[in-house]
Amino acid sequence: MLVTQLKSKEELLTIIKKPAFVIKCTGCKEVLFPVTEIDEFLKTAEITVSDIISTDYICNTDFALKLSEKYKSEISNSLNIIVFSCGIGVQSISALLENKKVISGCDTLYINGFQGLNTRENNCRQCGQCYLSETGGICPITACSKSLLNGQCGGAKNGKCEVSKEMECGWERIYKRLELIKETQKLTGDIKVRDYLKLL
Amino acid sequence: MKLKELFNSGKFVLTSEVGPPKGWNIDKTIHEAESLKGIVDAINVTDNQSSVMRFGSLAACHLIKDKGIEPVFQVTCRDRNRLALQSDILSAAGLGIENMLLLTGDHTTLGDHKDAKPVFDLDSVSLIHTIKKLESGVDLANNKLDGEPPKFCIGAVVSPCAEPLEPQLMKMDRKIKAGVEFFQTQAVYETDKFAKFMEKAKNSGIPVMAGIVILKSVGMAKFMNENVAGIHVPDNLIEELKKDKEKTKSGQTGIEIAARLIKDLKPYCQGIHLMPLGWDDKVPQILKLSGLI
Repeated sequence: MLVTQLKSKEELLTIIKKPAFVIKCTGCKEVLFPVTEIDEFLKTAEITVSDIISTDYICNTDFALKLSEKYKSEISNSLNIIVFSCGIGVQSISALLENKKVISGCDTLYINGFQGLNTRENNCRQCGQCYLSETGGICPITACSKSLLNGQCGGAKNGKCEVSKEMECGWERIYKRLELIKETQKLTGDIKVRDYLKLL
Repeated sequence: MKLKELFNSGKFVLTSEVGPPKGWNIDKTIHEAESLKGIVDAINVTDNQSSVMRFGSLAACHLIKDKGIEPVFQVTCRDRNRLALQSDILSAAGLGIENMLLLTGDHTTLGDHKDAKPVFDLDSVSLIHTIKKLESGVDLANNKLDGEPPKFCIGAVVSPCAEPLEPQLMKMDRKIKAGVEFFQTQAVYETDKFAKFMEKAKNSGIPVMAGIVILKSVGMAKFMNENVAGIHVPDNLIEELKKDKEKTKSGQTGIEIAARLIKDLKPYCQGIHLMPLGWDDKVPQILKLSGLI
């Protein structure tokens, strides 16, 4: 359903910790999934990999759950889970593996038109600059009502967004998740400004 | 005059706030600001406060400045993209406005144009970063500015009684790294929580002005507890408001509580920011009672 592009080798190598467990989601490979580039990256990147698996549609929580159970020991022996998929796939894996650092290997690119019915709990706005590795696998673009990139605004009350008492504050979720994986220092990192050229 | 000059001179800085009207006649707002001339050091002018469309903050700041009152230009990221924000900020410099308070802004759905597009192209942190770039002579896209770069005193907000506090402290840290020069806080009613917050915040050395909202009624206190982020009015203050209905209605209880809070908060902060929400006439009495004027 989605079009993805491999993130730059430099960007990935600065965040990947060894050993890593690698998931390649080929559910949408008919459309555009950079299989060759990913294999090339894994070959040349010299990262210790505990296992590489190719699977279909990890955006489907049932599939993702089965996969995480099947590879339980490999996953627990890894410091990172690198997911090559669209943003939804990364979010569905990181929601299942709350204590693991999940890295997004791809940027999901914006494409025009109707992309087929694929209703999921998580959302990906195909921003072309995936932030999920920085935000504990919770997307600031879709989970925050203001799509803020540099942390929580002052509008959340009792963990709920100012827009609706039914909606959790995305940044509070991100904070709790980063606390769990001991990565809260990411909340004081570089200032981020969105690049809307990536939507053209 | 930049507020940082006052902080640097060791002064305990006082600011108040006015909200422009929903209409073009600004006389009442100017009058409110003038009534506090010489009593506070500067007056914030809100920017489409609570996402309600009003007379513009920049024009109101200009008119207040003309009356010899130092304005603090509030700028939110809700209604303008990076071009419009930078353009308005350069315009502010051209009008001699030197102090700014930069906020993300409430969501559009909270206001009176609920169907409007929420912009949030930048946020409070990236807006501070943008202004620091303008001050260095280039815009956010690194294009060189004509002539001398603008110079401002940049403020931002923080919510010291928010729960959890950690994400607020981290955002505060990002604002400091981006170059903020002072903070004004959300309304504080709990001195102990504020003291704990300052314990963590004081190492940065950036001046913090504690926020004071005058309690007008029991209903207002309860409403804020239910609905306003980062504000908690403790039960003992609500009881105090309940005790003498006439006194509360006249504003006297609110004045006494605000003055007491200021006295209690003063040792921990570098200034006070009053948000009278229309009760500007009570400000002099509060400041007198708290011993600040």
